[in-house]
Amino acid sequence: MTSQSLSALTIRNLYKSYGAVDVLKGINLEAQPGEFIALVGPSGCGKSTLLAMIAGLESVTSGEIRIGNRLVNSVPPKDRDIAMVFQSYALYPTMTVRQNITFGMESRGVPKADQAEAVKHVAALLQIEALLGRKPGQLSGGQRQRVAMGRALVRDPKLFLFDEPLSNLDAKLRVDMRTEIKKLHNRVGKTTVYVTHDQVEAMTLASRIAVMHQGSVQQFDAAQMIYSRPANMFVAGFMGSPAMNFIPAELGDGAGRPCVTVRTADGGTAALELAQPVPAGAPRNVVLGVRPEHIYRFSDDLKHRKRAIAAVKAPVELVEPTGAETLAVLRFGDLEVTGRFDPDGAPRMGETMTLGIDMARACLFDPTTQSLL
Amino acid sequence: MSIHDLSVPIAVPARSWRDRLGSIVPILVLAPSLAASFVYVFVFTGWTLYLSLSDSTLLPSYGLTGLDNYASLWSNRRWNIAYTNLFLFSGFYIVGSMAVGLLLAILIDQRVRGEAVWRTIFLYPLAVSFIVTGTVWSWLYNPVDGIQALVRGLGWSDFSFALTSDRNHAIYAVIITGVWQSSGFAMALFLAGLRSVDPDLVKAAQIDGASVVRTYRKVILPTIAPIFLAVAVIQIQFAIKTFDLVAALTRGGPGISTTFPAIYVYDLMFQRGEIGEGAAAAVMMLAALAVVLVPYSLWVVWRRRAEAGNG
Amino acid sequence: MAELAAAIDLEAAAASRRHFWSRFAIYGLLTVFAAIYLIPLLVVVFNSFREQAEIARDGLISLPKTFRLEAWAQAWSTYCIAGTCQGMQRNFLNSLWMTIPATIISTLLGAVNGYVLSKWRFKGSEVLFTLMLLGVFMPGQIALMPWAFVLGKLGLTNSTYGLILVHVVQGISFTTLFCRNYYIGIPDDLIKAARIDGAGFWRIFWKIIIPLSPPILIVTVIWQFTGIWNEYLFGVVFTSGQAQPITAALVALTASGTTARSYDVMSAAVLIGALPPLLIYLFGGKYFVRGLTQGAIK
Repeated sequence: MTSQSLSALTIRNLYKSYGAVDVLKGINLEAQPGEFIALVGPSGCGKSTLLAMIAGLESVTSGEIRIGNRLVNSVPPKDRDIAMVFQSYALYPTMTVRQNITFGMESRGVPKADQAEAVKHVAALLQIEALLGRKPGQLSGGQRQRVAMGRALVRDPKLFLFDEPLSNLDAKLRVDMRTEIKKLHNRVGKTTVYVTHDQVEAMTLASRIAVMHQGSVQQFDAAQMIYSRPANMFVAGFMGSPAMNFIPAELGDGAGRPCVTVRTADGGTAALELAQPVPAGAPRNVVLGVRPEHIYRFSDDLKHRKRAIAAVKAPVELVEPTGAETLAVLRFGDLEVTGRFDPDGAPRMGETMTLGIDMARACLFDPTTQSLL
Repeated sequence: MSIHDLSVPIAVPARSWRDRLGSIVPILVLAPSLAASFVYVFVFTGWTLYLSLSDSTLLPSYGLTGLDNYASLWSNRRWNIAYTNLFLFSGFYIVGSMAVGLLLAILIDQRVRGEAVWRTIFLYPLAVSFIVTGTVWSWLYNPVDGIQALVRGLGWSDFSFALTSDRNHAIYAVIITGVWQSSGFAMALFLAGLRSVDPDLVKAAQIDGASVVRTYRKVILPTIAPIFLAVAVIQIQFAIKTFDLVAALTRGGPGISTTFPAIYVYDLMFQRGEIGEGAAAAVMMLAALAVVLVPYSLWVVWRRRAEAGNG
Repeated sequence: MAELAAAIDLEAAAASRRHFWSRFAIYGLLTVFAAIYLIPLLVVVFNSFREQAEIARDGLISLPKTFRLEAWAQAWSTYCIAGTCQGMQRNFLNSLWMTIPATIISTLLGAVNGYVLSKWRFKGSEVLFTLMLLGVFMPGQIALMPWAFVLGKLGLTNSTYGLILVHVVQGISFTTLFCRNYYIGIPDDLIKAARIDGAGFWRIFWKIIIPLSPPILIVTVIWQFTGIWNEYLFGVVFTSGQAQPITAALVALTASGTTARSYDVMSAAVLIGALPPLLIYLFGGKYFVRGLTQGAIK
C-alpha cells in the first residue's frame, strides 16, 4: 500500500460495461507525479471512456481509480481535483473568456479578488490577456484552444485530463499547439493524462504511452520502447507511419546461424540472418516486422556501419517522394513492403535493387498470438 | 457510434447526503410534469373509455352497458355523416394544403426578392385562430354579402358561389378555408426541407444536364420525402381534431351536412346529455388518430434504427 | 467564327428571354397567392373602419369610403353579447390572464423537463419522454368529461384558473418536446466541463442552458401563446358568459345576429380577437419559423 503514495494516478483492474457490452476490460495504469501519460488507440478503443471515468463523468463498473492516495470511484467530478480540456473545447458560448475561466472558481466560492489574480496569472501564462473580454464565437481555433487550457490551468488541479484537444485544429496549428502543450507541461509540471488517436502526438508529448485496443491496454511503456519493442502486432502496426511491414517468414538455420526465410519477387526465397538467437519456444512460421526506415540500399559501407545487415533483392514498384524522404513500394513474394529512403540515391521505379535490412531492429511476432517473440 | 456520445449518466454513487440529493434532483424536477402527463394521457383516456361503456346520460354514471353506446352511435345517421365528412375533409385538406404549400415553397425557393415578406404573408393565417378564420370566411361565403354578391355586382349576374348554403357542397367551403389557413404551415416545413438539400446535389444534377423540373422531381423532392409524411401526419391531426373551424364557419350546417366527429362529441356531451355516447364518439376519434399515428411512429422508429445501423 | 459568335448571341438572347418569362411566372403566381391570403384580412380591416350603412350599400368587399373608430369602441365596451352589453373587454382580459400565466408556466416546465430529458438522462427516461409525447397527439375531446369532473372537484369551473390548469397540462407535452429536441443539440461536453467546474444541476441550468435557450424559448412562447389564445373547445365547455375567453365570445357574438348583421362591429371584434397572436407572430415569426423547422422535423 505504501508504494501507492508515489503515484499521482492509479487505475486497477478497471471495468466498464454498458449492459452486456464491455467497453473496458480490466485496465491497469499508473502515473508518477508530474508525468505525461498518453492514451492512444483507434476510435472506439475505449480511451475516451477511460478518461471520462478518471474525470468522474462516467461511473465505474468495477475496479478502482485512485488520484494520489485517494480512492475516487464515487467522488463527483468537482471534488476530484482535476481539470479537463475537451476535444470541442466546451467553452461556454454565452460567457466571455474571463467568465469562462472564472466559472469554476465562482462555483466553488473563491473570493473575487483571488479570482482576478488567478485569471491574470493564467492569461499571462497563455498570452490571452487581449481576449478576456471576447466571447468564444469571436475566437480562432487556436485561441479557443488556449482559453480551454487556461480554464483548466486556473484550477491548479492535481491531475490534467486532455481529450483529443488538438484534433479540431488544422495541421500546422496542431503542430504549434503540440509544442506549446509540451512547453506548458514542462513549466507547470502537473501530472497529465492525454487522450489522442494521433500516434505522433502521443510520441512527441508523452513520457509513457498506453496503447489501447478493444477495451484493453495493449502496452504501457516509454514512448521509445513502444516504438522499438512493440508488445504485439497491433501496437507495431498502430505506432509509426508508414506502418511497420509484416513479412511472413520461416525460422531456420543458414550455415549454422539462426535466420528467417522470406519469399522474394522472383518466386524464390531469401534467407535473412537474425541478429539475436531464436527465442525459445518460437513457432516455425513467424512474422518478421521491419519498419520502413530500417530498409536501406545495400552497400559495403552500410555493412560496416551497421551490426546486422541482411541483403535481399527486390523490384521497385512505386516511388513516392515526399521531399524530406522518398518512400518506395518493394515487392516481396506476393507482398508489398514499404521502404523509406534518403532522397539521395533513392530507388527508381522499375529498378530491381539490393536492399539491406537492419536485422538488429527487426521484430519477430508469433502469427497466432500476434505477440512479440 | 463512439462511447463518449452517450449522455452524462447520473449513476455516480454519491457520498454525502448533498450529493445523494443532487443525483435525484433531475427525477424530482421531472416528477410533477410526469404525473400530470400520466393522468392526462392514461387516466383521462381510461376514464373516457369507461364512460363510453357506461350508461351515462345527463350525468356520468358507472353502470356498464357494454358496447351499447357504440352500437347506438354507429346506427346514427348524423354520426355516419360526420365520419364520412372527416374522411372527405382529411383527404382534400391534406392534399390541398400540401400541394399549395409545396408550390409556394418551390416558388419562394427560386431566389425571389423579398422572401421574408412573401413568407410572412403566406404564414400569417397560422397565427390567427380557426374561430377568426371561420368567422371571416363565413362572411365571404355568404351569398348575400360575400364573394357572390361582389362578382354579381361587377356584372356577372348569373355568377353563383354559395357553398355554405348548399348541403351538398358546404363541406368544400370547410376544405377551402382549411387549406387557406394551413398551407402556409406546410410551405414553411417544405421550404426548410428544400433548404436542407445538399447544394452539391443540385449542382451535380445541373452538370448532368437535368432541367429545373427534372431536378426537382428526381433529385430534390425524393430527398425530402420524409417531410411529406411529417406534414401529412401533422395535417391529419388537425383534421381529426377539427372543431373550431366548423363551429365558426358553418356550425355543422346547413342542416347536418358539415357535422364532424369533434362537433358531434360536443353536442352529445353538452347539448343532448348523452355523455356515454359522446364518450364513445370521442374514443372513435382517438381510434382514428391511432390508426394514423401508430404506423407512423413505428415507421419513424424503424427509420431511425436503420439510419443508426448504417451510420 | 463570326457565324459561331452570332449563334452564341442568339442562344444567349433566347436564354435571357426564357429567364425573363420564368421570373415573370414566378412573381405572377406569388402575387396571386398573396392576394388570396391578404384579401380576407383586408376586408376585415376595412370593414372595421367603415360605416355599417356603407357596408350595406357597397357590399362587404369594397374599398372604404369612410373612416371611423366607433365600431372598435362598440366591440370593445358596449356591444351586446347574449344579453350582456359590455362588449368584448372582459373576454379579452380573460384571455390575456389565461394565456400569459399558462404560457409562462408551461414554457418554464418544458425547459426544465427538456433539460432533464436531454442532459440528465437516466434509466427509463426515454420511455418517460415517449409517454409525455403522447399528450401531443391526444384529442381534447377525450379529456373533456374527466376535466369537467376534476375542475368541478377543484372548484375551478367557470374560472380562468381552471383554463390555465388545463392549458398547462396540455401544453407540457409540446414545450417539453420542443426544448428537449433543442437541448439535444447543445454539446454534452459543456455539461461535463461545468460539472468538473463544480456546477450542480440548477447552476448548469441557469448559467449555461438558459443563456443558450432564447431561440427555443421564443418558439415555445409563440406556440403556446397563439395556441392557448386561439383555443376554443375548452373555453366554450368549461366557462360561460362573462368568464369566457375571447374565442368563445366571438362565436357567441357573431351567432347572436338578432337583427341585421353589423359587420362593422363584428369586424372590429374579430380583429380584437386576432390581434395579440398576430402581433406576436409579426414580431417573432422569423424566429418561430426558424426554430420550428429546427425542432419539428428531426
